[in-house]
Amino acid sequence: MTPGLPHFLFVGAVLFALGTYTVVTRSNAVGILMGVELILNAANVNFVAFNHFNPNQLLPGQVFSLFVIVLAAAEAAVALAIVLAIFMNTKSIDVADADTLRE
Amino acid sequence: MDILGSLRELVLASGEHGEHAAPLAVQAVKSAGYLWLIPFFPLLGSAINAALGLRIQRRYGRKWCSHLAIGAMVASFLVAVVALVDMLGQPAERRYLVDHLWNMLTAGDVQVNLSFALDPLSMVMTLIITFVGALIHVYSQGYMADDPSYWRFFCYLNLFVFSMLLLVMGDNFVLMFFGWEGVGLCSYLLIGFWYTDLEKAKAGVKAFVTNRFGDFGFVLGLFLLFWALGGGWVTKQGVTPEHESRWALADPGYQPKAKDGTFYEADRALTPASPPATYDEVAKLGTPSGWSQGPAVAVRGGVRVGPTLSFRELRDQIAVESTGVRQRLTSMTVLGVPVLALIAILLFVGATAKSAQLPLHVWLPDAMAGPTPVSALIHAATMVTAGVYLVARLNFIYALSPAAMTVVAVTGAVTAAFAATIGFVQNDIKKVLAYSTVSQLGFMFIGVGVGAYWAGIYHLLTHAFFKACLFLGSGSVILGCHHEQDMRKMGGLKKYMPLTAKTYWYACVAIAGFPIANGFFSKDEILWKAFTAGDNLLDPAIGKAIWLLGWLTALGTSFYMWRSYYMTFTGEYRGAGHGHGTFEAPAPGHAPPAAAAAHKLLPRLATHSLGAAHAGTFDQDVAMASVQVAGAGGGHAAAHGHSDAHGHPGGPPQESPRSMTWVLITLAVGCGATVLLGLFAPLGIVPPLEHWLSPSLLPAEALVHSRLSPDAGNHGLEWLLIGASVGVAFGGWLLARAFYKDAKSAVPVRLAASYPRLHRTVFNKYYVDELYQRTVLAASMVFARACSAFDRVVVDGVVNGAAAVGRFLCNIDGAIDKHLVDGAVNLFADATLRAGKQLRRVQSGRIQHYLYAALAGALVVVGINLLLR
Repeated sequence: MTPGLPHFLFVGAVLFALGTYTVVTRSNAVGILMGVELILNAANVNFVAFNHFNPNQLLPGQVFSLFVIVLAAAEAAVALAIVLAIFMNTKSIDVADADTLRE
Repeated sequence: MDILGSLRELVLASGEHGEHAAPLAVQAVKSAGYLWLIPFFPLLGSAINAALGLRIQRRYGRKWCSHLAIGAMVASFLVAVVALVDMLGQPAERRYLVDHLWNMLTAGDVQVNLSFALDPLSMVMTLIITFVGALIHVYSQGYMADDPSYWRFFCYLNLFVFSMLLLVMGDNFVLMFFGWEGVGLCSYLLIGFWYTDLEKAKAGVKAFVTNRFGDFGFVLGLFLLFWALGGGWVTKQGVTPEHESRWALADPGYQPKAKDGTFYEADRALTPASPPATYDEVAKLGTPSGWSQGPAVAVRGGVRVGPTLSFRELRDQIAVESTGVRQRLTSMTVLGVPVLALIAILLFVGATAKSAQLPLHVWLPDAMAGPTPVSALIHAATMVTAGVYLVARLNFIYALSPAAMTVVAVTGAVTAAFAATIGFVQNDIKKVLAYSTVSQLGFMFIGVGVGAYWAGIYHLLTHAFFKACLFLGSGSVILGCHHEQDMRKMGGLKKYMPLTAKTYWYACVAIAGFPIANGFFSKDEILWKAFTAGDNLLDPAIGKAIWLLGWLTALGTSFYMWRSYYMTFTGEYRGAGHGHGTFEAPAPGHAPPAAAAAHKLLPRLATHSLGAAHAGTFDQDVAMASVQVAGAGGGHAAAHGHSDAHGHPGGPPQESPRSMTWVLITLAVGCGATVLLGLFAPLGIVPPLEHWLSPSLLPAEALVHSRLSPDAGNHGLEWLLIGASVGVAFGGWLLARAFYKDAKSAVPVRLAASYPRLHRTVFNKYYVDELYQRTVLAASMVFARACSAFDRVVVDGVVNGAAAVGRFLCNIDGAIDKHLVDGAVNLFADATLRAGKQLRRVQSGRIQHYLYAALAGALVVVGINLLLR
């Protein structure tokens, strides 16, 4: 049996679910960022899969996932910088402590 | 044309008189476009001094201020002389120069023009005003030399002359009234010239307020005259004029068809096709060939009949028989009173105030607070004679009403006698002259009252000279004695001020009625005319009584004038440093009534007590007398030291500067020269002035003549009365000489002591001021208080009630606003606030919560998507 589109989509959904779970449950900022990476990669799996099973020969899915990877890298850089800055202020990377934007 | 030749013609032509029985014609006029210059120059001088006077005085020296003013006066006088020459070149019936400038107001048929007119009467007045005025301007240059407000003085003085010229030259009542009020204003300004002295400011206000009473009468008289001439706006039919102005033909043979409602039915066939509306047109209509030929005028011209304000039109309406106006006026009554008498008497009320006759004379003595040149110019020579001028101007009205003539003449006679007695006991030299002025004005009113208009005007003229001379002489004395006005502190000034003494002496001769100066001729003519007034007064006996009163007044005049002369100029100088003790016993409590009355008249102003400034006028005779009679126990003779209120350095008196004495001499010469104008009166020849004035007085002349008493032609009787007059002049002189020469006689003091009550009454001017205080002023105070109470209780009550109601309503409104409107608004705001408080919890700041929410939202969207599919 050869894997078809549903299998890929299933993997993507699992990855998304795991990422979301990570983001929602972790209080560690770095952990949350890891969850975000999972979510982004779940999306990448979907992009690539859809592109592969698309009958036309263009590759927009692949290109898009490349963009997502770049964006993820950039996002990680910025987010880590923010996390560092928060750590400088609060001596903690627990997101529960970084609630100054609330008011 | 040379003036002398004209004058000779005037004198020589004076023989024929009273022969013209021809019916009165329309006044022929001559256009003279330069008349406006006469009042213009003083106005210009005044305006320049008002605008730039202070700067001129500071930068170029004060003499330029006065040079400007004097220059204006001289220019004005020269134009007046030109007008005189012009007038002399006209035949008598055409001596009416008119200068129509522009129309000021047109209301229906009534036109008010800015026009100047000169007839022989106003010509005389204009010459007096400009000539005496110019002299007094020159005199003021010396008198006011030290005053810081030099420019202001000359500004006012010029403004006064302008107003006075407006008064006499205005050709209608409105202009005359402008002048009338203008001179009142200037009088006020000049009496209160030294306004920092409260007493002087109050004297000014007193003069102004007293004159308002008179003006009220004047204006009422004017309204009534206007109404009587047909000036009604509301009729039974509606708001159309009851009597339209019509052009009546001044044809003696023409019979007016009087209908009810209109008093003159115009015959349109005979009236000019387009009636002349302005003076210019009238003047054009009257080309010399048509107008100058006496009765021919009547056929060619028309008379405008109806309400008018112009003297000339009024004169024409009344003088020309065929207009029917005269019959209408004489038969018309209002509330049962003859309307003509009422008009004349109301106008005379204005004259009494302006000319200081009983009972409105009270302001004139107080007006002496002003600078002496002002007293001479305004309060002796010109302004106060405006009332006499008014009566003479309206001779055609007064002559129609013997009742009004009687009122005028009797008021004059009583005032003359009344004021003369007060003059006996006054010690302030200017007060003596003030009462003398009141008295002499009384004589003038006798003259114009008995129909001897020319004699009244002649006395006005002579009085202008001798009284100006006396006043300026007294000013010279006052200046020489370092601003001392009390004659008890003078004496012996003949030695120090010879020129002043000589001119004062000659003016005394004139006023006392010695037949070597002008006063005698005018006064005597008046008395003779009063004696022979006949039916011009209500009863011929009244004329005789007036003569008697006037004769006795002449005695008094002679006495008090010589008294002032002897007290001032003979004996030893009693001024500062020369034997003070004898005369210093002021009686406390005898405040000068005039000042006291002014004090009471103006309670608002009267915040300070009567100061030492009046010490000089205390009742010295009485105080001394009671010292002598009652010894040390005398009640009010608590003799205490009296310090010189003026605080001037002493030193002997000195003669005044040349500019002043020169004026005095000119006026004294004038006193002698003006004799010529009335010289022939006792000889039965028409005097030049009477001849000169007769065109102005024509409408009244025949009427007055027809009513004279049969004695009028009795020259023997006339000479007898002349003798009597000369007798009293000498009698008064001898009496005064015996009493007051060299201050030797004790008789006056003893007399005063024998009749202390009488003396006090006279000294205090018969308590007229106090009477006013108790009656008019008290009544007006009561009225004022009632008004105040009304204001407080009723008006304030209404206002406060309205305020209370308003406040109540506002409270209700406020409550609604506060509880209902604000409540709703606050409720909304509170709800928002509370909702916000609840909602803000959602924003926890926990990123996980947000993610939960986002996830939940996404699930919901997915769920909905699934369900809807």
